[in-house]
Amino acid sequence: MPSIELPAPDAPVLARRNEIVRDLQSLIGAQAVIADDDGRRAFETDALTAYRRMPLAVVLPSTTEEVAKVLKYCKANGIKVVARGAGTSLSGGALPSEDAIVIGVSKMNKVLEIDYENRFARVEAGITNLAISEAVGRGGFFYAPDPSSQIACTLAGNIAMNSGGAHCLKYGVTVNNVLGVKIVLIDGEIVEIGGPFLEPEGYDLLALIVGSEGQFGIVTEATVRILRAAEGARPMMIGFESSAKAGMCVARIIGSGIIPVAIEFMDRPAIKVCEEFAKAGYPLDVEALLIIEVEGSEEEISDRLAYISSIAEELSPQAIVVSSSPAQSARIWKGRKAAFGAVGRISDYYCMDGTIPLTHLPHVLEKISEICARHGLKVANIFHAGDGNLHPLVMYDANKPGETDKAEEAGAEILKLCVSVGGCLTGEHGVGIEKRDLMRVQFSDTDLAVQLRIKAIFDPDWLLNTGKVFPLDAVAAAMERRATELQRAAGTAAAA
Amino acid sequence: MDEILKPATEWELKSMISALAERQIPAEIIGAGSKRGVGRPVSAPIALTTAGMRGISLYEPSELVMSARAGTPLSQIEAELASRGQMLPFEPIDLGPALGAPAGIQTIGAVFATNMSGARRIALGSARDYLLGLRAVNGHGEFFKSGGRVMKNVTGYDVARGLSGSWGTLAVMSEVTFKVLPLPDDVATLIFPGLTDDLAVELMCMAVGLPFEVSGTVHLPEGLARRLKQAELRSEKKPLTAIRIENFTRSISYRKGRLKEALVAFGEPIELNLEKSLQFWSDMRRLSVLPYDATHLWRISTSPKMAPKLVDDIRRHMPVEAFYDWSGGLVWLETPASADAGTADIRRAVAIHGGHATLIRADHSVRGMVDVFQPQSPATERLTRGLKDAFDPLHLFNPGRMYASM
Repeated sequence: MPSIELPAPDAPVLARRNEIVRDLQSLIGAQAVIADDDGRRAFETDALTAYRRMPLAVVLPSTTEEVAKVLKYCKANGIKVVARGAGTSLSGGALPSEDAIVIGVSKMNKVLEIDYENRFARVEAGITNLAISEAVGRGGFFYAPDPSSQIACTLAGNIAMNSGGAHCLKYGVTVNNVLGVKIVLIDGEIVEIGGPFLEPEGYDLLALIVGSEGQFGIVTEATVRILRAAEGARPMMIGFESSAKAGMCVARIIGSGIIPVAIEFMDRPAIKVCEEFAKAGYPLDVEALLIIEVEGSEEEISDRLAYISSIAEELSPQAIVVSSSPAQSARIWKGRKAAFGAVGRISDYYCMDGTIPLTHLPHVLEKISEICARHGLKVANIFHAGDGNLHPLVMYDANKPGETDKAEEAGAEILKLCVSVGGCLTGEHGVGIEKRDLMRVQFSDTDLAVQLRIKAIFDPDWLLNTGKVFPLDAVAAAMERRATELQRAAGTAAAA
Repeated sequence: MDEILKPATEWELKSMISALAERQIPAEIIGAGSKRGVGRPVSAPIALTTAGMRGISLYEPSELVMSARAGTPLSQIEAELASRGQMLPFEPIDLGPALGAPAGIQTIGAVFATNMSGARRIALGSARDYLLGLRAVNGHGEFFKSGGRVMKNVTGYDVARGLSGSWGTLAVMSEVTFKVLPLPDDVATLIFPGLTDDLAVELMCMAVGLPFEVSGTVHLPEGLARRLKQAELRSEKKPLTAIRIENFTRSISYRKGRLKEALVAFGEPIELNLEKSLQFWSDMRRLSVLPYDATHLWRISTSPKMAPKLVDDIRRHMPVEAFYDWSGGLVWLETPASADAGTADIRRAVAIHGGHATLIRADHSVRGMVDVFQPQSPATERLTRGLKDAFDPLHLFNPGRMYASM
């Protein structure tokens, strides 16, 4: 059994289920409310499939106003809410609870405005990540963050988790590419923050909302920065006999003054699995493979790839392959982007997401092998090398008693290792429920209290995405502290 | 100001703030003090400067990361970075000269606390985009950290970026960690003379929409072009619109050619080589065309294409000089001295065309009377107050600087 504790559902709310469903139906129409068992089951988990909970009900609003009505109702009735985009969270960010209503934004997926001259697009937040780039592609533009799940994941989910992707080495992550949001607060108030300007006004509320894991409100629209695509792009592959050499190569490339668009790393097990799946032409006799992509005109690309090759040559690589056609480039990326799915075909796996300072790479990879071996588990390593974001895929068999626990234990050890070398628990997947209980590895109680006070500004009753991001006891302590402070303030006011 | 507290360590900073909290004594929070004149006048019996906490604590060029104590002078940071061929990509604006302070004295903490980004913002992002983590003390007297030294980090809320642009009103930073980038090998600038503001914005928007990674677009109407230091530009006696590209030398010559082809309708540009380009953009960074004098200075964020109309609307009410950066997305507006700094007319124009405006330079008395920062909607005002109370419940830090009641 998976071991993360989920809060017990609120019995009085469960008892009122029929009444709540009726209320929701009258608020936004029966067709937008899913209450039957089969319908709800489709929403009982996300991409962290080891955890499942049937939600109280699911609503799929079509407008911001409908979202506002539902939230206002939930606030008034003390009902918990879990916001959901496409349900691709790997950290359990969209996992429901039995006493919570899931608000799915997937119906709100329209492009509202594209402005190439001012370089922004305004979209509804349920649009998929890839659909934004497709919509602006006609004008030669793109939306930069490109998580591997971009075909399915929504911008709303990207905003909640501050998602990255392979190409964020050059273009940044979600927070660097969102200029404004329309967010519905838990009391139903609709607030516009930011807009088609490059600078926030007043406090940077947007920076706080991006990455708040659905705990501040529900974002229904966003203004995103769109960028003109480069004239061309081409990847190359460099294979090494050790991950230490691959790591050294990355450091030397960046140290030399070149920032490629992407530098991806795969170890031998990952290369094998991805090659079998995608037939990308990856060299199979190497311990570590780098996929490096650069952009520009034909001549600029050749120049830069030649320069990178010359850096790599000093480290005696076992293979250097420069893509020679768009078809080959597509295959190289297909293999990398399908990595999770490819591993999923051969095994259950637990996908980790720690980030480390690059200099510690060889040491960390060695330790990861040790940790997994000690738990009797195999591991494949895939990661965004340019920015130190590791994705060890810890493989296990969910049908073998105890293996899931072992995978979780190995995963926790890996994340603690990342923090101990100066890194962090999660680079782009978010904390969710998965890393909730590890937060104290990275943060002091005060650090957590500072964050929890911000949560209280947006959602003092803790109705939005409860039970996630923070250790449960830290939340309980914060709520108690807040109650005392409020009491004291009320006392002072009365005395005055 | 009678007394200035100058902690030398994080521990001293925490002790001093705890003592202020205990006695409920508010303080003006400053770095080097070069931007002290920005914001509503702060009424506090004491100032606290971060300038005693200095030094670079971590620099890993191959990881593109640096940490420095908040009071470290920006000049020291940039010299250290340059010695390893790197830079702060967001090219922080130096407000010092425009505010009557010397150039080059601001601290790295203040750069992030005010989120001051220069021309390269349009290509590579703002100061807050490069802020990876910080250590700070809040108004509870608590020491806390947020973020870290790695580029991708979504562990918990992004408190570090949330503090950027808060002008020392939420917490006092003791250390900041930020991403850096390699310096470009070569720089070139194309300067198109004689364009109206409308045409200039059209040119700049077109240029950044081409796949040549334009990294700076500014427009100087004739009145400001005449104030340029570079004589050969000044002597054109025309409005000047500048487009910058930065890259490897071979790329530069290719991209320059392609840009000139694409922008041929805007006339024949003057080309600045590396050395002259560096001079020109360094002058832009220091707002050298907007020197310190009795006029008022506004900073307006808007959509590029709206900028000329917005400026025209304001010009109907007062004579102005507008310096367009970020293709027009940022307008530095020089307005005549007046009792209310033209606030009503400027805010009305901003409301019509979209965006927000901050009064950067005005007399103490004017700043005490008008909204210096953009007035907020009731909802954002409530969230702002929530943040202020969460970080600084006793309102110890820079009280009233951004908003009168906070």
